[in-house]
Amino acid sequence: MTSSPSRTTLLREGADGRAVHDVGGMDFGPIDRDEHDLALWEKRTDAMLILLCSKKNVFTIDAMRRVIEDYGQQAYDRTTYYEKWIRAIRNLLVEQEIVSPDEVEKRMAELASVHRANGRRVSAETIDWAKGGAA
Amino acid sequence: MTHDDHDHDHDHDHDHDHHHGGDGHTHPPQRDHDAGPMSAYEVLEETIRSLLIDKGVLSADEIAAQIDLMDSRTPALGAKVVAKAWSDPAFKAKLMADTRGALLDMGIDIGTLAEFRTIENTPDVHNVVVCTLCSCYPKLLLGVPPAWYKSLAYRSRVVVDPRAVLAEFGVAVPEGVEVRVHDSTADLRYLVLPMRPPGTEGWSPDKLASLVTRDAMIGTAIPDPGLRAAAE
Repeated sequence: MTSSPSRTTLLREGADGRAVHDVGGMDFGPIDRDEHDLALWEKRTDAMLILLCSKKNVFTIDAMRRVIEDYGQQAYDRTTYYEKWIRAIRNLLVEQEIVSPDEVEKRMAELASVHRANGRRVSAETIDWAKGGAA
Repeated sequence: MTHDDHDHDHDHDHDHDHHHGGDGHTHPPQRDHDAGPMSAYEVLEETIRSLLIDKGVLSADEIAAQIDLMDSRTPALGAKVVAKAWSDPAFKAKLMADTRGALLDMGIDIGTLAEFRTIENTPDVHNVVVCTLCSCYPKLLLGVPPAWYKSLAYRSRVVVDPRAVLAEFGVAVPEGVEVRVHDSTADLRYLVLPMRPPGTEGWSPDKLASLVTRDAMIGTAIPDPGLRAAAE
């Protein structure tokens, strides 16, 4: 099993050795009960995950959990739900050598410039892919 | 209509909200949607999708069909199951013993990613569901989870202070009633079977289903015929 991906879970600060996702019993303030509809890109992210896991067997749902649970605290707490998902899908596709990091960066730049050329504003933020990083 | 027909990648800036669905029940989309510039993660989604389509891993039609399936799974489906359980003792017995099989009998396929279990509220026990580690939810029965279900605030607190959280949701659990919090996993999802409200004797399954809200099947609400009467 030498090809097994390594797992080095980063811990949550001040949480007594807990991993970032292990939040049961902690305090994150009041519950915001506002309802939100999903954006189309979020639905597409959801659809791609289900298809990649259950129809195409590209990776398993457990691999998806592993990648999200291995995020650093900053990436985990600052990203929204579907931001975590699309980030994890990218990381797993890279791990499976279906896409390369360069390919992703290049296509992101191309698409952003097409949108800008069409007058759509695109955030200047970049995604920090380093472990523990977050845009 | 395919989903690309209502893509929001318009070629102009705009800051008004679009609502789709025609069910008269829409909510503000989550941030970054139509409101401001495209976020880096939104560009990442488009990037991954276009690369997967280019490489023949997925097709645009498959993605659109999967979104259609997701959109077809709403709490109305779960409500139909609950109403049937309230109306048909044999179905209820099967639902409690073999949720997957009972749902299949109704033509509902919950897929292969996770197992489902039904937990019944009784005069002695009130059940509420969470996923402390992520956001596991019976999506194939109730549709996408509400934002609060996925929030760190709900995930962290409902396991240690469930009565207070339930009170915030308007559910006052009497002192003598035990509260059980069920922590879902990637492999096991829960459906709460609420108690059938008094005063609903002789109601049709459709009328009963109209009482069963999404939150009632998570455990953060109680079906209330009074609310239904008020809405009529």
